[in-house]
Amino acid sequence: MITEIGHFALILALAVAVVQAIVPLIGASRGDVAWMRVGGTAATVQFLLIFIAFLALMHAQVTLDFSVLNVVQNSHTHKPMLYRITGVWGSHEGSLLLWVTILSLFGMAVAVFGRNLPPGLKARTLSVQAMVGVGFLTFCLLASNPFLRVNPAPINGDGLNPLLQDPGLAFHPPFLYLGYVGLSVAFSFAVAALIEGKVDAAWARWVRPWTLAAWTFLTIGIAGGAWWAYYTLGWGGWWFWDPTENASFMPWLIATALLHSAIVVEKRDSMKGWTVLLAIIAFGFSLLGTFLVRSGVLTSVHSFAVDPKRGVYILGLLVAYLGGAFALYGIRAPSLRLGNGLFSPISREGGLLLNNVLMATGAATVMLGTLYPLIVQAVGGGKISVGPPFFDSVFVPLMMPMLLVLGVGPLLSWKRADLGAALGRVKLAAVIAIATVIITWFAQGGSLRLWWAAGGMGLAAWLAIASFLELAERLRLFRAPLAESWRRAIRLPRSAWGMSLAHGGLALVVAAMFGSTAWQSQSVQNQKIGQTVTVGGYGFTLKGIRNVKGPNYSAQQATFVVTQDGRQVAVLHPQQRHFVMPPVPTTDAAIQGTVFGDVYAVLGGPAGPDSWVTRIYFNPLMPWMWVGAGMLALGGFASLSDRRHRVGAPKRARAAATAAHPAGA
Amino acid sequence: MRRLVYLLPVIIVLGMAAFFYRGLHINPSIIPPVLVNKPAPPTDLPGLPGHKGLKTADLMGHVSVVDVFGSWCFACAEEHPTLVAISKTDVVPIYGIDWADKPADAIAWLKRHGNPYARIGMDPSPARTVVAWGVTGAPESFIIDRHGIIRYKRIGPITPDIWLHTMLPIVRELQQ
Amino acid sequence: MKRILLLAVLLLFHFVTPAWAVDPDEKLKNPALELRAERLGDGLRCLVCQGESIEQSNAGLAKDIRVIVRQRIMEGETNAQIKRYLVSRYGDFILLDPPFQDRTLVLWLGPFALLLVGLLGAGGYLRRRSRSPTPPTPLTAEEKRRLDGVMRQGGA
Repeated sequence: MITEIGHFALILALAVAVVQAIVPLIGASRGDVAWMRVGGTAATVQFLLIFIAFLALMHAQVTLDFSVLNVVQNSHTHKPMLYRITGVWGSHEGSLLLWVTILSLFGMAVAVFGRNLPPGLKARTLSVQAMVGVGFLTFCLLASNPFLRVNPAPINGDGLNPLLQDPGLAFHPPFLYLGYVGLSVAFSFAVAALIEGKVDAAWARWVRPWTLAAWTFLTIGIAGGAWWAYYTLGWGGWWFWDPTENASFMPWLIATALLHSAIVVEKRDSMKGWTVLLAIIAFGFSLLGTFLVRSGVLTSVHSFAVDPKRGVYILGLLVAYLGGAFALYGIRAPSLRLGNGLFSPISREGGLLLNNVLMATGAATVMLGTLYPLIVQAVGGGKISVGPPFFDSVFVPLMMPMLLVLGVGPLLSWKRADLGAALGRVKLAAVIAIATVIITWFAQGGSLRLWWAAGGMGLAAWLAIASFLELAERLRLFRAPLAESWRRAIRLPRSAWGMSLAHGGLALVVAAMFGSTAWQSQSVQNQKIGQTVTVGGYGFTLKGIRNVKGPNYSAQQATFVVTQDGRQVAVLHPQQRHFVMPPVPTTDAAIQGTVFGDVYAVLGGPAGPDSWVTRIYFNPLMPWMWVGAGMLALGGFASLSDRRHRVGAPKRARAAATAAHPAGA
Repeated sequence: MRRLVYLLPVIIVLGMAAFFYRGLHINPSIIPPVLVNKPAPPTDLPGLPGHKGLKTADLMGHVSVVDVFGSWCFACAEEHPTLVAISKTDVVPIYGIDWADKPADAIAWLKRHGNPYARIGMDPSPARTVVAWGVTGAPESFIIDRHGIIRYKRIGPITPDIWLHTMLPIVRELQQ
Repeated sequence: MKRILLLAVLLLFHFVTPAWAVDPDEKLKNPALELRAERLGDGLRCLVCQGESIEQSNAGLAKDIRVIVRQRIMEGETNAQIKRYLVSRYGDFILLDPPFQDRTLVLWLGPFALLLVGLLGAGGYLRRRSRSPTPPTPLTAEEKRRLDGVMRQGGA
């Protein structure tokens, strides 16, 4: 019964979305306020209906209603409650339902938080958002319906892939979707602006917080996925340039570019056409990712089951939305009033423009590498692979100049800057960076083989110190009394904090990326109980193995004591798990972070009496990766909480400024 | 001209969509064989106990089918009745390459499902011969002409339909 | 039926070995040669997993190819010979690092061409953005200084 309510709610939501797509648009073109207002109400109703459908599916999953096909295919009585809940988005149908739920959530958020938006822009934005909704709701109902019943209902289900029964994997998709789908708002704003034929600083101010929110969630989602890969796949890798990963990385790169170019539109009334284009492309990459992951056009470890019919449908949506938006852009962009912000090449704008060129080139490179095998095959050129070596040797070097610019960019003034003076202010960073290169070089024995690692560490040091110096200068740290710096720190706009956090976080990520790739040490062996293996200067002693039981698996669990110079550093408990349904073995690595790196142990099968196959790693600097990713996300949130960016800000900020009470509440 | 630049994104999207549409109709998990129309790789496998082994010379002078299987392979069991039926027609000899198997397992498996193979060569792990044949999974089968050249490769189980409409005509033509 | 098919596909590619990549006994005794084998293996695709290299994969075929690579190294073959052998069996698909050839021209050069186009586009944009709105009559040093002052104070 509840399942049918969910199904019916989804159908109603489609009807509401159709109304939301049409009525406000007509209202906006006629200037009819009542018609325009329909958008906000419809957006709220649409979300509530889809949320009911989402809850209905969750109910079916939690109560293990095996008369629902989706539950049969993805669940089992042995499945723990946590994974019954997260199992809602563990299947193709369920994850698509989550997709539309989040889409409508953002639609409602625009309606609720966008009270101060010009009514025309708001109506058109909501209408475009609903147009996207109509397509995906139809897809949900026709080709990917999670509410289909089976008759007769089987006694039990097929189970969920044990690899998916993991907190890391269970929770990162919602963040990814919040990111992916969140970019739909930027898209809707861009298309609405093109329909209106007006892009100005106010538009950029509206679009930025939404992009920032989506970017932050996407950052968390990508980092979560990398973390999951790092500890489940059991050999210390965290990024594979797999099509599914690339699918989330491309929109991230473009969203990053968009965040920065929107600043230029807002502050300097330049780069407007480009920014609108980026807003469309960012969501375009989300759609492309959805297509790649769900159509099976590129097989990948994580993608959902292959179904060409669904692929054709999503391809149709991709062409309709992206093609439509681009066509509108082609018609309207030439007549967009060119901004009047003039600037010289050496200026903040110039730096941000270079950032944009590099980010866009980076995204295009990832796209080229991801799609190239498909293109070659489609033109009859046979089958080739484009794997990590390609991306490492093309994408990574392409991004390195950006780190150089990033160190000095924030110090450049708008319009026209003095590069020499800016560089002078970060002299210390340059000195430390060069010292880092030299020290790293000698520390790794002066060998030429890992020259890039020394360079990478130097760039990371450059970016970290330069970002810190920029912040220190704003706070007059070490130049003024500490109390003065403290006062400045509190007064510093949150967006400035956000920028410093994000740039500093990126430096840590870069350091971890190079460090863990260049200096990982590993050892695979048959290890006797009591035997010690030394890896990366740490001694790993296998103390014993015991059998443990999980909710739906049994496991062998090893106990390792990790010591350094005779001092105990960590106790690790890696497991080899055997799931009941479906019967698949998985490894559960045990990891303990230190300042210098992760000690990482994996347990394999028995290799004789009292002897087990073990895999031991030392992954240098890996904890920095997660701290850095955390700082990126925190930077996003900090910036988002800046009252100048807060949605609906202009009016409130003005009110706050006149009030006696200081702002920031 | 300037307008055209602004329309570039639409053109790119439409072009990409065309590739995607084609891509949707290509099965990404099938790796195109490179060995078709090339001589069968050098093969010298000992026989499964109680069976004749398989050498390159055994493939000369007549048309044959070489089938890679294993007792651990679920899809091989699915294909097996078809092979047994083919072997009963005496149209073409089927030679087996038993991949990464324990002899006892293979013998028991053949006892249960029947034996369509005129020769069975054993290729235990690391299966150098299986790799030399460019095999990615079991079952895979090849049609070899009388000069020992591979003329056709089937990835996945042979179904009656595949046999009757694709493979048998090739065998007949090669036997002319 | 679809479920059975899926199961068939899964089992067709024999995933039945435990989730375990490189085995200790596969390793070569000589650490330099073992390192060479690992580097080589990192660039070879596990054909049945489609996303991983053979060094990362647990699939039986990946293990077999790992061992064959090591056997060939011990037999004194060069990396290029081993790669050529595997390509002759499985095609270029097995190489994760696509070789530079006609059909990969766009792949390898495309990113740099795009960067160039991007930089040229940005350069053109910058020229238009930084052009002074006054007619191109030569300015005296004094005028120029004044103009710069105006520009710095905010807008045209």
